[in-house]
Amino acid sequence: MSIQSSVEVQTEWGIVSARQAGRNLAKEIGFGGVDQARITTAISELARNIYLYAEKGEIVIEAVEETRGTQKKKGIKITAKDRGPGIKNIREVMEDGYTTSGGLGAGLPGVRRLMDDFDVDSVMEEGTTITAIKWLR
Amino acid sequence: MHSSVVQAINDHQEQLVSKWKEEMARVQEEYFKNSLPDDLVFTNNEEFIDVLYSSVRLERSEAEGKIKHFAERLIQTDWPLSYFTQGMQAFRRIVTACIVPYINNAEEDSVRLSVEVEEWVDAIVNQLVDDYSDSWIKTLELQQMALNELSAPLIPVFEKVSVMPLIGAIDTERAKLIMENLLDGIIQHRSQVVLIDITGVPVVDTMVANHIIQASKAVRLVGAECILVGIRPEIAQTIVNLGIDLSTFPTKSSLRKGIESALELTQRKMVQVENGAEWRA
Ligand SMILES: Nc1ncnc2c1ncn2[C@@H]1O[C@H](COP(=O)(O)OP(=O)(O)O)[C@@H](O)[C@H]1O
Ligand SMILES: [Mg+2]
Repeated sequence: MSIQSSVEVQTEWGIVSARQAGRNLAKEIGFGGVDQARITTAISELARNIYLYAEKGEIVIEAVEETRGTQKKKGIKITAKDRGPGIKNIREVMEDGYTTSGGLGAGLPGVRRLMDDFDVDSVMEEGTTITAIKWLR
Repeated sequence: MHSSVVQAINDHQEQLVSKWKEEMARVQEEYFKNSLPDDLVFTNNEEFIDVLYSSVRLERSEAEGKIKHFAERLIQTDWPLSYFTQGMQAFRRIVTACIVPYINNAEEDSVRLSVEVEEWVDAIVNQLVDDYSDSWIKTLELQQMALNELSAPLIPVFEKVSVMPLIGAIDTERAKLIMENLLDGIIQHRSQVVLIDITGVPVVDTMVANHIIQASKAVRLVGAECILVGIRPEIAQTIVNLGIDLSTFPTKSSLRKGIESALELTQRKMVQVENGAEWRA
């Protein structure tokens, strides 16, 4: 599968279309209702963070495959990229309740729990790239 | 426009109009793939060329009024804007091809004449685009108003009990409306219990959860109580995964159960009526 879609996030409409694209692909890959909700919610969190903290950026959603021995597994990968201010202390933002905007501060730690693989790459003044994968079981 | 151009356009009216109609037939076929109804294309073409010709002759302000009138009528019937722009471009091509060389013989500056035709066409195209986009903006504003009215209604279902059914995505704008309508509605209907039904909300992320939590705190401050109903199983799981603690928050699985407990909170209950006679436990 080489399906990939990229959604620009600059307004709240962008958040909605990123979620929509994620839900469609998750459905296509074969994820059930609960996982679809988890994936869509994770996209919503990452997209909103872009909108709130970096002003604009992009969400890339793609189907991924991994072969280990004879086992082949399918999954969905979300990449959230922005050229915003970056995150100073990654450990801090991964703690439940840490927020600089009066939010719940549960977004990033929540995404990590909603998804299987999670990675933050952020450079101050340069931007942030967050990738998260959910594997189909 | 320069009088010699105006005169040439008038002198060649028959030839220009028939060429333009040929061109428009091609546009209908190639650009619109014959998707526009032929009878409407015919009458609209007649009026279009009539308006074009009168705008050549009339004073600018008068011409603008006439174009606006024509555009407004077609906007109402959802006639595509590109039909106009294609029509104007066709007219420019034909005029430039037929007239400019003709005037050129009369020793006029052909470049200047083409520029004049161009400016005249551009002005009309700009006006048409403005008229169309004004009407789109108006439509959008009306839809936004209608949407706002629909987006967070508070419905008084019983004395002291109201329901706010939420359907569709919640953005910042809507979250604000939810808060306003809740607080205004509670005062207006003297509600003691409000049921917020999120059955129709596709995604409950931390932002939505936060707004619901804030709203229920505010509701408590005006002396009422919120009950969250309609949490679908997959939403319940994601809320838990996100680490949002709703354990202190009154929730009920369905609107029906929510109404039952709202009645209980206001010292009432539903009773079964048998054979038309009231039956009380
Ligand atoms: N893309 C980003 N760019 C810069 N800072 C970010 C980004 N995403 C998150 N942050 C920072 O991390 C904090 C925690 O984010 P999150 O866990 O989503 O909680 P919340 O959005 O409720 O504050 C934010 O308050 C913000 O300071
Ligand atoms: Mg966040």
